[in-house]
Amino acid sequence: MSLLEVRDLTTAFKTERGEVTAVEDISFDLDEGEILGIVGESGSGKSVTALTIMGLLPQPPARVVRGSVHFAGELLTGMSETRLERIRGAGISMVFQEPMTSLNPVLTIGEQIMETVRAHEAISVRDQRLRAIEMLDRVGIPSAVRRLGDYPHQMSGGQRQRVMIAMALACRPRLLIADEPTTALDVTIQAQVLDLLMDLRDELGMAIMIITHNMGVIAETADRVLVMYAGRIVEQAPVARLFDRPLHPYTRGLLDCVPTLEQDRNRLVAIPGSLPEPARRPAGCRFAPRCGHRIDACSAAIPPLVAVDASHASACIRTDILA
Amino acid sequence: MAGVILRRLAGAVPVLLIVSLITFGMMRLIPGDPSSVIGGLSATPAQLAQIRADLGLDEPFFLQMLKWYTALAHGDLGRSILLGQDVVGATLQRLPVTLALSAYALVITVVFGLCSGVFAALRQNTVIDQLAMMFAMLGISVPNFFLGLLMIILFAVRLGWLPTGGYIAFTDDPVGWLRTSTMPAISLALLQVGLLARITRSTMLEVLRQDYIRTARAKGLPRRVVVMKHALANALIPITTVVGIIVSLLISGSVVTETLFSIPGMGQLLTQAVLNRDYPMVQGGLLLTTAFLVMINIAVDACYALLDPRVRYESP
Amino acid sequence: MNLPDAPSRPDAEADIQDVPIHRQHPAWMTLRRLFRHQLFLTGIGLFGIILAAAILAPIIAPVDPTKLAMRYKFRPPDGTFIFGTDNFGRSLWSRVIWGAQLSVVIGFSVVLLNAIFGTLIGALAGYFRSLDNGLMRVNDALMAFPAILLAIGVTAVLGPSTFNVILALAVVYIPRTARIVRSSVIVLREMEYVQAAVAAGAGHWRILRRHILPNAMAPLIVQLSFLFAYAVLSEATLSFLGLGAVPPTPTWGNIMAEGRQYMSEASWIITIPGIALMITVMGLNLLGDGLRDVLDPRLRIQQ
Repeated sequence: MSLLEVRDLTTAFKTERGEVTAVEDISFDLDEGEILGIVGESGSGKSVTALTIMGLLPQPPARVVRGSVHFAGELLTGMSETRLERIRGAGISMVFQEPMTSLNPVLTIGEQIMETVRAHEAISVRDQRLRAIEMLDRVGIPSAVRRLGDYPHQMSGGQRQRVMIAMALACRPRLLIADEPTTALDVTIQAQVLDLLMDLRDELGMAIMIITHNMGVIAETADRVLVMYAGRIVEQAPVARLFDRPLHPYTRGLLDCVPTLEQDRNRLVAIPGSLPEPARRPAGCRFAPRCGHRIDACSAAIPPLVAVDASHASACIRTDILA
Repeated sequence: MAGVILRRLAGAVPVLLIVSLITFGMMRLIPGDPSSVIGGLSATPAQLAQIRADLGLDEPFFLQMLKWYTALAHGDLGRSILLGQDVVGATLQRLPVTLALSAYALVITVVFGLCSGVFAALRQNTVIDQLAMMFAMLGISVPNFFLGLLMIILFAVRLGWLPTGGYIAFTDDPVGWLRTSTMPAISLALLQVGLLARITRSTMLEVLRQDYIRTARAKGLPRRVVVMKHALANALIPITTVVGIIVSLLISGSVVTETLFSIPGMGQLLTQAVLNRDYPMVQGGLLLTTAFLVMINIAVDACYALLDPRVRYESP
Repeated sequence: MNLPDAPSRPDAEADIQDVPIHRQHPAWMTLRRLFRHQLFLTGIGLFGIILAAAILAPIIAPVDPTKLAMRYKFRPPDGTFIFGTDNFGRSLWSRVIWGAQLSVVIGFSVVLLNAIFGTLIGALAGYFRSLDNGLMRVNDALMAFPAILLAIGVTAVLGPSTFNVILALAVVYIPRTARIVRSSVIVLREMEYVQAAVAAGAGHWRILRRHILPNAMAPLIVQLSFLFAYAVLSEATLSFLGLGAVPPTPTWGNIMAEGRQYMSEASWIITIPGIALMITVMGLNLLGDGLRDVLDPRLRIQQ
């Protein structure tokens, strides 16, 4: 049994123009201590997947249409809010993209870490304080004791993201979901934060689900990768395998967008067209309209995710020919 | 913190100067000869001259102004013609009544306005929300003297539960104070309850959409903590500014409420002064009340700084 | 090395945001959204009743509202006297309808004066930095006075009359309108298209008239519709205190003030004009809410 088991997860939103499916038939497993990367463009459904797992989408307008999420053997989908609260922050934690707005501006960072511990563990205020100091130390905030009383606006973006990570890990969760944890940060700070996440995984042994639109982040951190396009998983593979031998035309397109040192910058290939709006997704393979290998059969039915071997799967009917 | 208050105090100085200039100028704007208006048709020329001399109207404009400001600096705003009492004394005597009534109304406003606003926001687009907002709309649309009259007709005239008017000081008889103040306070608070409920609701909805609320939920905090601690602490910041406006509206509203319920407060005093052309009283009362409100607003700003660490730690 | 179309906020909202919108003329779309807004329609309906009564007053209430008929005094509302009569036997129907006319005229005049002078002062203060400090100090001082108290003070100086009530309310509310216009102008002044117009050598007046004021209209219109409600309410309050139009001219406020003495035996003298006043104010408030929702969704916190 894996730590996290997602099966056929489908989430829809109610809009003025009827119900729109955001993510569809998402299935994957995540093992203890593993780092899973989810990559895709903005609007591909990465964040919706993460928020559905956490049960953080406002319902309505969101609705889990079908599918299940099991965490450590417990069924999360359909679980009562009170029971979910006990898992959030203790079993599964989350770090968000915007460190500038994700911390409460009117509470000290010490209080924000301590209240997380307070919500999940019956320990004294003194011990909560010690834990907060320990966590701030661990994420590399200098003179942690002194900074407990600081407010978020007194810190830089990188420091705030470190505080977010300290807060998320304060109760030793078994899974950390990091949703674009470095996107809003300066390039130099990005690397530091990623290194920190790696170190903490080695120290504390939690699994990480890292969501990004940046192939570089995936290459640096992930053990295994899910590629999402227009609400569906189109390819799934160990990270080395994916970079080495991508199967899905979309993944190839993504990798072609990554400039390498040897390459002439002018030869950088972009994928033509743009991601379809959720309400106007094409029939059949959703990538077909932008795909150079498109045939008529592509638009006939949604291609299922088919395993080519034990660890690698792709949702393209032409995998055999293209591989 | 102290810096914030000091800066606001400094900012209030020019405002108060202009306020005093406007109140001073008002007296000189009275069309025709104010002494004849004050003295009435039967006044003899000698009496008119006396009134002019009393008001200092026979002197050049700038001398009048100089004298007025000198007196003002000494805390002297002249004598009320109607009461024959000095203006500052009369104001100090009446102000506590208005303040007690306003404080009562403020408590009603904050309790009902804040609660219904928060409640409506948490139940957005449900029947509860719509009902709360309908009542709020009614609140901001029913004139307070109309509600006062309706309450008098029902509770005083028809049912005889409460007196139609009059006032008993809290220090004399707390129960009597409650009996005489409850209807006025409710009618005075109504508009502000509606206003505060509407603003609280929209502010809460805005705050509940923020990223840090999602963070708080992601940490597994119970819904109660998310709402009462994380959301409300932030929503209170803009709401505090509104409370400053509300205090001003309460003082405004007390004019008509006190007249309606025969409560001897500042509002009634000023209305009487206006109707009887007691110009020094109108001028002084207006100036003192406004100065008082400016101070209240500085106090509100101090609360603002207390609630918002971003303002508190702002470098001067 | 980012993916094409790098995200700004890859969250749930971004995923569902880009649902297609049919392109149409903006003014037409605004109107269509207004007429789908139920509260706005309710507001229009309520205020429409009062407006119709005010305009049609000479036709629907031909009886002179000041005509005394002592033998008919204190008639409760019935078939002959739709709204009953008062202590002098005057037709309350006529008095309330003609009172509606006065309320609407006063409200409209105050709104008009605000639209002209509030915009002028606000635009000058917002656009010309050199004028800002001076104008806004006076503005702040006028706003420091409690609204009704200032109106009372002004009418005390000028004496009670319809015209003076309009003047007093204009003095009270113009600073508030000016402040709203000023804050929009300050934001717009820094917009790139305005800077471009400045760079292109357009004159100040042209920039204000063509580029700034049209875009400052939305919050102003919302403010003016609420202002209409405050003006009607304040006028009623002043005349209830005996500081409005002089009796026997009927205003809702002075009808109610006179009715106070007879509230135990003839409560309709109070309730009927009170309800009329409430309908007007509520109609205008709903109208303002609708306009705000449609024209200026960012303007949530209104004073």
